[in-house]
Amino acid sequence: MLDLYSPGSSLLHRLPPAAKMLAMLLGATLLFLNESLPITVAATLGILALYPTAQLTLKQAFAQIRPLLIIFVLFFAVQWYFSGLELAAYVVLRLAALILLASLVTLTTQSSDMIDTMTRGLRYLKPLGVNPAKVSLAISLALRFIPVLAQITREVREAQKTRGLERSVIAVAMPLAIRAIKMADEISDAIDSRGYRS
Amino acid sequence: MTTKDTVYIALFAALTAALGLMPPLHFAGAALPPISAQSMGVMLAGAALGAKRGGLALLLFIALVAIGLPLLSGGRGGFGVLLGTSGGFLLSWPICAAVIGYLAERDREGGALKLGAYIALGGIVLMYAVGIPWMAFIGKLGMAKSLSIMVAYIPGDLIKVVVAAILAENLRKAYPNL
Repeated sequence: MLDLYSPGSSLLHRLPPAAKMLAMLLGATLLFLNESLPITVAATLGILALYPTAQLTLKQAFAQIRPLLIIFVLFFAVQWYFSGLELAAYVVLRLAALILLASLVTLTTQSSDMIDTMTRGLRYLKPLGVNPAKVSLAISLALRFIPVLAQITREVREAQKTRGLERSVIAVAMPLAIRAIKMADEISDAIDSRGYRS
Repeated sequence: MTTKDTVYIALFAALTAALGLMPPLHFAGAALPPISAQSMGVMLAGAALGAKRGGLALLLFIALVAIGLPLLSGGRGGFGVLLGTSGGFLLSWPICAAVIGYLAERDREGGALKLGAYIALGGIVLMYAVGIPWMAFIGKLGMAKSLSIMVAYIPGDLIKVVVAAILAENLRKAYPNL
């Protein structure tokens, strides 16, 4: 399954997902409440130091930041120009620390374990009308639908290419939507006809 | 909720993820983050599925992102993104889809133009109303500056509204009982 997980056997890998999530939320809150640059620098270095202990490389740590590099540079430039270097460094470092911290959880936890933890946690929402079985059905269906939708898109584009319409958004999206909904109808009929009860 | 509702919710969560596979548009070089088609998933889910199912579809999508699946455009995912500068926009998606859905459900015969207005209200006005203060707060940027950054994204979002309105209106005609 598509996943950001990085296999390993460190303590962080073995901790239960719920504990990691709680620790991460606590850490993120503390990062937000803290207003001082030195503490933010220390926190960032501390989080980075956790990467090797979780059998992760600093290259992996940087890979977490890279997609957001444009935003970081933008914020740094705007803050530097308007409010000075110190605030610029503080804001960007805090963001980097938050993302590194959260990525630590993501990288050391398999999504399937995370989904299990989540559906088990949904028990407590039963009084609110949440049905855990239906939620896990929806999760597995959604993950299966993503490659299917990509496949249908390729097929529709190929068909429209013969009519010179492969660049028209509507001419591709409309048949795609109709086919996807038809598929969804057939799947729900199939589920019902097999006597699925939840 | 019937099985069909569950499957539709999963389908539109997947659709939002699939829209993230489309190459993002770098309209300002490296100066600003690129535009992605992904927020169109919010507009379509709301307009096609209505308040409850549309909102749940996006809630499912955000939950999948939060647990670490790389479903956001550019392969991003994980809890960190939701806490980042654009986290407010992402967290607003279920609410936006629900609001679009509520308005669209109340006025089923309204036609594409009114549907587009509802989509713009939920998919631009409301989304920015949550996302911009969040950006201002997380980035310590102030409202005025955050607002001026986001102005660059309005033309792209308007195009998404037009496409979503046309698609959703056609879908309503093709599947009146969706």
